[in-house]
Amino acid sequence: MSIGLPHFLTISAILFSLGLYGIITRRNAVMLLMGIELVLNAANINFVAFSRYSAGELSQMMTGQVASIFVIVLAACEAAVALAIVLNIYKRFNTINVDEVDMLRD
Amino acid sequence: MDTRLLVSLVILLLPLLGFVVQLVLGRMKTPTDYVIDPHENPGHDHGHHGNPADLHTADHTQTVVDDPHEAHGHVTYEVHTAGHDAHYEYVVSKRRDSWTEADQKRAYGLSWISTLIMGICLVLAIYVAYATISAPAPEGAPNYHPKVEQSFTWMDFADAASSTIGRGYIITLGVLADNLAAIMLVVVTLISFLVHLFSSEYMRQPSMHGGRFNRFYAFLGLFTFSMLGIVIANNLLMIYIFWELVGVSSYLLIGFWYERPGPQYASKKAFIVNRVGDIGMFAGIMILFTQLGTFQLTEIFDMIAGGRIPFGSEAWLTAAGILLFCGAIGKSAQFPLNVWLPDAMEGPTPVSALIHAATMVAAGVYLTARIFPLLTGDAMLFVAGIGAITAFIAASIALVQWDMKKVLAFSTVSQLGYMVLALGVGAFSAGIFHLVTHAMFKACLFLGSGSVIHQMHHSLHHLHDHERDPQDMRYMGGLRAKMPRTYLMMLIATLAISGIPLFSGYMSKDEILAGAWAFRNVNPHFVANAVWIIGYVVAGMTAFYMFRMIFLTFWGQPKSRDIHEHIHENPGVMTAPLIVLAVLSLWIPFGGNPLDPAGGWFLSSWVHTPAVVVPESAQPHLAHEGAATHEPATEHGAPAGEAAALAPFQTTLEHEVHQLHSTGLPHILSIPALVSLLMAGGGIVLAFVLYGRAGARGQEVSWAEPRGLRAFLFNRWYQDNLYEKIFPVGMTLVLMKMLAWFDQNVIDGIVNGVAAATIWISRVIAGFDTYVVDGLVNMLAGVTQFTGLLFRQLQTGRVQTYVMYVVLGVVVLFFAFR
Repeated sequence: MSIGLPHFLTISAILFSLGLYGIITRRNAVMLLMGIELVLNAANINFVAFSRYSAGELSQMMTGQVASIFVIVLAACEAAVALAIVLNIYKRFNTINVDEVDMLRD
Repeated sequence: MDTRLLVSLVILLLPLLGFVVQLVLGRMKTPTDYVIDPHENPGHDHGHHGNPADLHTADHTQTVVDDPHEAHGHVTYEVHTAGHDAHYEYVVSKRRDSWTEADQKRAYGLSWISTLIMGICLVLAIYVAYATISAPAPEGAPNYHPKVEQSFTWMDFADAASSTIGRGYIITLGVLADNLAAIMLVVVTLISFLVHLFSSEYMRQPSMHGGRFNRFYAFLGLFTFSMLGIVIANNLLMIYIFWELVGVSSYLLIGFWYERPGPQYASKKAFIVNRVGDIGMFAGIMILFTQLGTFQLTEIFDMIAGGRIPFGSEAWLTAAGILLFCGAIGKSAQFPLNVWLPDAMEGPTPVSALIHAATMVAAGVYLTARIFPLLTGDAMLFVAGIGAITAFIAASIALVQWDMKKVLAFSTVSQLGYMVLALGVGAFSAGIFHLVTHAMFKACLFLGSGSVIHQMHHSLHHLHDHERDPQDMRYMGGLRAKMPRTYLMMLIATLAISGIPLFSGYMSKDEILAGAWAFRNVNPHFVANAVWIIGYVVAGMTAFYMFRMIFLTFWGQPKSRDIHEHIHENPGVMTAPLIVLAVLSLWIPFGGNPLDPAGGWFLSSWVHTPAVVVPESAQPHLAHEGAATHEPATEHGAPAGEAAALAPFQTTLEHEVHQLHSTGLPHILSIPALVSLLMAGGGIVLAFVLYGRAGARGQEVSWAEPRGLRAFLFNRWYQDNLYEKIFPVGMTLVLMKMLAWFDQNVIDGIVNGVAAATIWISRVIAGFDTYVVDGLVNMLAGVTQFTGLLFRQLQTGRVQTYVMYVVLGVVVLFFAFR
């Protein structure tokens, strides 16, 4: 069997799910951010896959790959900002356990 | 208008003027110048003092009100009510001292105006009587038409539709003048005048403060006015109006000493019992009015004579007659409405003389005489029966009384029974004759007894004795020497009432008894026989008890020396009326021959029996009908034309009476006269044996406690007790209690029930409000709270949870918009 789009999409889906699972279940804020990275990377794979396996001219334009680079950059920025937030959270709450940061609860 | 009618109207209105003058000028001050506070001390059992049948009357044991010098003090009354004897104590204190000697003199002088007015009325009445009696009867008119009458229309409903008589009603007032009315005018004005005269001295007491003296004369005037109204009225409505006025006057006069419980009770009793009779009378008047369309007597008689009777039935005519007679039963104290007259002795003695001897009680007899033409045979039997019963019962009670005025009161009732009896058996002229003679001698007896009581009063007062009753004959005796004039006049009157020849009473009573005998001869009905026997028996009883009274009062040794000592004869103002009345009790005014009443002018030309106009079938059916063809008229001196107008049974009766008297011997030796003489003589002899002669033992029997038959008679056959049990206690009280029960249990029950229901409903609603309404609200709140609690859990405050929601949302949206 030849490797086609569905295989890449499957991988990205699995990756996405794992990332989502990490977001949802991790207590440590940094781990949560890791999960976000996973999700972003999953999206990246999706971009590339669609860009490579789209028909005709679109595959020559390599739109997806370019978008994917954008995403990597943005992910890096976002990670920096997120870590800054986590630092502030630690300053405030003295913990980075997201389960304990529930002040908006009634 | 005819002079006689005009003068009659003047005679009617002058006493009214006197009434007004006495009231207006009498300077009547506060109703009571004495403050009387009663407080009762119950439980005093005094045994039998006075008459136990005097249920609410007081013994005359007090004189404080009479004497202002003893104005502050205790007055005691003994009142015997059904069940217990109570000793009432009244504290009397004089309230104002503003009635001076000068005021008293003025009041006394003012009273003479009334007396003068009555004197003028008397003179005018004599003139009217002379003018009327000497005038001939109108030609061709039936003999029940008055000689002259005049009517005025009072209310005219002529254009109103009427069902029974085919035309509207016209209500009139009118006066008449005929022999009967003229004679009554003289009787009423004469007695009234003499009573006015007598009262000027008798009622002259210091207790007459505050205008009481003038009040007395005012009421005498009102009474005379009312009585004269009855006499000269020509229609039933006017008679009824004045009838009630007479009742009111009687109430005012009997209750003259209105602070005492006795007069209070007696005056109410008199008026109420009278009213009971008046109900019947009014029913009778209305039967005639609605059926015949008029109140006027002449028109009524003419219509009945023409064949028009109420409802076309003789039964109704009988009923109308009997009902009209009911008024007479009430007014003239016939059985069963005789209970008021003995109690009416609570009034001052002149009042008793005027009202209850001579005039008011005669009104009933006068009414019966006026309606005589419309009485059917059955109605006449009823009337005769009632008269006989009354005569007997009252005479039997009088046999054992020891209060002078009570003896006279019962005697009056008995004699009224005689008059009614006479009218019932058809002896019309005899009945009227007896009315007139009775007025004279009974007024004489009452005024004479008043004279005696006046002296007894003074004597007891002298002795400061407030216990002994001045009217009690057991304290009298031997007054013949001390009060000779009074004694002589009373003796004359007593001889008259006993029916001894040479006196007026013999003439009238003998005629009545002869009439009863004749009636019995031609009528086999048992009532006729009973009436005849009772008539003679009562004659004997009358003689007995009247002479018993004379012997106990005037003969023998005085029962109490101390009272006897202070008794003197009364002044001329009081004895003069006695003399006048005593002279009128002799035979002279009524007929030339003292032994033959039928030949005298009274019976033969002054009073004629009116023709009875009821249909033939309703008239009494007498045997010897064939004798009606005889013409007895000429021997009676009546014009032949008038006798022919009488109904057949009337001529039969007249014939029969004539037969009884025409035995060829003088009148006095005819059978009826002899029997009546026998009865009267027997009565007198028996009274003499028991009370009159020296060593008589009758007095001791009087003093002893009444027992058995004596008690039954003494307590008036327990009639008062019976009525007391039936009407106030049996009816009013029972009704009262029933209504009270109804009010307390049913009406208050309803009210309380409604209240309870309201409370119950309000509780239900409250429950509803608490559980349902509040429940809903609370439930809403609960739901909201629950929902909130539920949804609150979504908000964990944790980012991860929110991320989850986003993912879920995306999944849902993906499947929703696929």
